[in-house]
Amino acid sequence: MKRFLYELTESWRIAAAQMRSNMTRSTLTALGVIIGIIAVTLMGTAVNGISTGFDKSMAVLGDDVLYVTQWPWKPVDDWWNYRDRKKIETAYAEKLNRMIDATPNSNLVLAVPTSSLFRSIKYEGNQVDNVFVLGTTADFIVTSTIDCKEGRFFNEIESRGGANVVVIGYDVADALFPVEDPIDKQVLINGQLFKVVGVNSRQGTFLGLFSWDSMVALPLGAFNKYFSGKPESDVRVKVKDKTKIADAKDELTGLMRRARGLQPEQKDDFSINEQQAFKSTLDPVKNSIAIAGLFITGLALFVGAIGIMNITFVSVKERTKEIGTRKALGARRRTILLQFLIESTALCLLGGFIGLAIAFLLCTGIAKAAPSFPIHLSLGLVFTSMIVSVLTGLFSGFAPAWSASRLDPVAALRYE
Amino acid sequence: MDDGKSVRPRGRIVIDIENITKDYVMGEETVRALRGVSLQIHANEYLAIMGPSGSGKSTLMNMLGCLDTPTSGRYEFNGKNVAEMDDDELAAIRNREIGFVFQTFNLLPRSTSLRNVELPLIYAGIDPDEREERAAQALADVGLGDRIQHKPNELSGGQRQRVAIARALVNRPSIILADEPTGNLDSKTGEEIMALLEDLYERGNTIILVTHERDIAAHARRTVHLRDGLIESDHAGFIPELDLETAS
Ligand SMILES: Nc1ncnc2c1ncn2[C@@H]1O[C@H](COP(=O)(O)OP(=O)(O)OP(=O)(O)O)[C@@H](O)[C@H]1O
Ligand SMILES: [Mg+2]
Repeated sequence: MKRFLYELTESWRIAAAQMRSNMTRSTLTALGVIIGIIAVTLMGTAVNGISTGFDKSMAVLGDDVLYVTQWPWKPVDDWWNYRDRKKIETAYAEKLNRMIDATPNSNLVLAVPTSSLFRSIKYEGNQVDNVFVLGTTADFIVTSTIDCKEGRFFNEIESRGGANVVVIGYDVADALFPVEDPIDKQVLINGQLFKVVGVNSRQGTFLGLFSWDSMVALPLGAFNKYFSGKPESDVRVKVKDKTKIADAKDELTGLMRRARGLQPEQKDDFSINEQQAFKSTLDPVKNSIAIAGLFITGLALFVGAIGIMNITFVSVKERTKEIGTRKALGARRRTILLQFLIESTALCLLGGFIGLAIAFLLCTGIAKAAPSFPIHLSLGLVFTSMIVSVLTGLFSGFAPAWSASRLDPVAALRYE
Repeated sequence: MDDGKSVRPRGRIVIDIENITKDYVMGEETVRALRGVSLQIHANEYLAIMGPSGSGKSTLMNMLGCLDTPTSGRYEFNGKNVAEMDDDELAAIRNREIGFVFQTFNLLPRSTSLRNVELPLIYAGIDPDEREERAAQALADVGLGDRIQHKPNELSGGQRQRVAIARALVNRPSIILADEPTGNLDSKTGEEIMALLEDLYERGNTIILVTHERDIAAHARRTVHLRDGLIESDHAGFIPELDLETAS
């Protein structure tokens, strides 16, 4: 065991010396591995980045909330079947809540109505157009990950009374109040004055997806009173246990059918959606990046492995006499095998490190250029790269190392 | 023989070969390098193997050093049958019992003297500290105590061969095998190396030497002449006439 350890350190030392004295050759040979590792880390980082970015945006929707809507959250081919559906009315929320309260052991907690429109907001000289204006109740915060950086969400009393209060998103606050404190200021929406009671914490945007940062929320009563036009209305329902979301969905479907008064033979004329539905729309993108990345990685690593196998064969040939000498001095077959395996592995690890360094620089560059894309080289990826490098090294070094270990000592010593 | 050289008392038998043959098959042709060689070598002998080029000296030497296996015949090393040993056991014998000195020195070019001499100790599984100490001592013993951090290309030929001898000695083997150790050295440096071997012999080492130089063979206490893969003569001491004949 101890001997194995000493032989191992000795092998590393030889490998290091070998690489140092053949620096150009080593780096060139490791090129395939370098490219392979860059490809695998960038691919992994991109997929991770998309996932985290998307998850962060999706957090807006909440993973324990069901959305009752007219249109399903997925592309439909038979849009005409949905177009004539009855609109979802905010009044359903109250009906649903009554039914939920009457159901023992309900999987649902609470239904919250929302209506939305796009409007401009003004404060003194500043104006923001196309702001997503949401009318809802004070219960809204229960179904949302929203939290306030300053101030608070509007309360039950303001909600019931339809008070002229508003909670504004981070970017909206930023645009309207570059210097001032927004709390208690009166902003103008649709010709009406609303008092700012809260400012949301920054959420960030990702691939232009929806973000709280560019929206405002106000009591539904006030929304209905002042905003004419055809608002988009939904009902969101919080689920008690998100692991039982399918049961909750079934229950909610039943309740909605009752609320709509549908006969058993009639089809559902509403859709119940969850965050998950959105997530899966991104899967094809992630998959194609992963497939492309794996293809490039595989190809580069394969070419790299062949190159390293070749150079290790050359190294064995060049050092045949040395192998003979080592055998004469008592090196066993496995000693020689180990030595060349470690040599090829060290070469691959060198490639891996260089690849990681380049990938790291690229990631830092991308992060600088596109700050909204959540990119960072994860420890897992670094680890994976190292493992991949080592495996490539072992794979490509095995044949030459094996042939070296099998050399006849006398023939090796005679080799010129 | 009264040539003023001391002959030490014979010890136990270290090498015992009987009717060894070695054939090299090259395509159609078979080269019979050894054709039935028998030899007994005792502990603390100083033996020279002589003979014309191609007579099988190196082949015999490789056989004795467990680098090669005979085509037929029996070989017992320290009472153990070499034919029954597997590759690892042979490696262990080479590591612990045999010290090789080559004509071409065979040092690792990028390693210092110290690291070269440490090599057999690594394969023997000796701790780094002890390794370094013993290697430095072995180098000091061959008069290179001040050259331990030199690489081979920073040493003279004679110094390189001394490093090789230190390497052969460092694991305290039962025998030292030297195949033309002075073949690549001028005669003066050659004599220095021979003095070193003489010294090792005096200190109780067993030495087997291949050479075709009479002056070199004259250092040995026993001379074996090979011709065409057979032992032609096996004498105590050195017999100049016989050597003259083989050299012609
Ligand atoms: N690997 C081999 N393959 C084929 N023939 C070989 C091999 N090794 C040795 N021989 C042959 O065996 C014979 C003995 O060779 P060996 O090297 O033992 O001679 P030697 O006595 O050491 O000669 P020299 O003094 O020139 O070193 C020679 O005829 C040689 O050609
Ligand atoms: Mg020879």
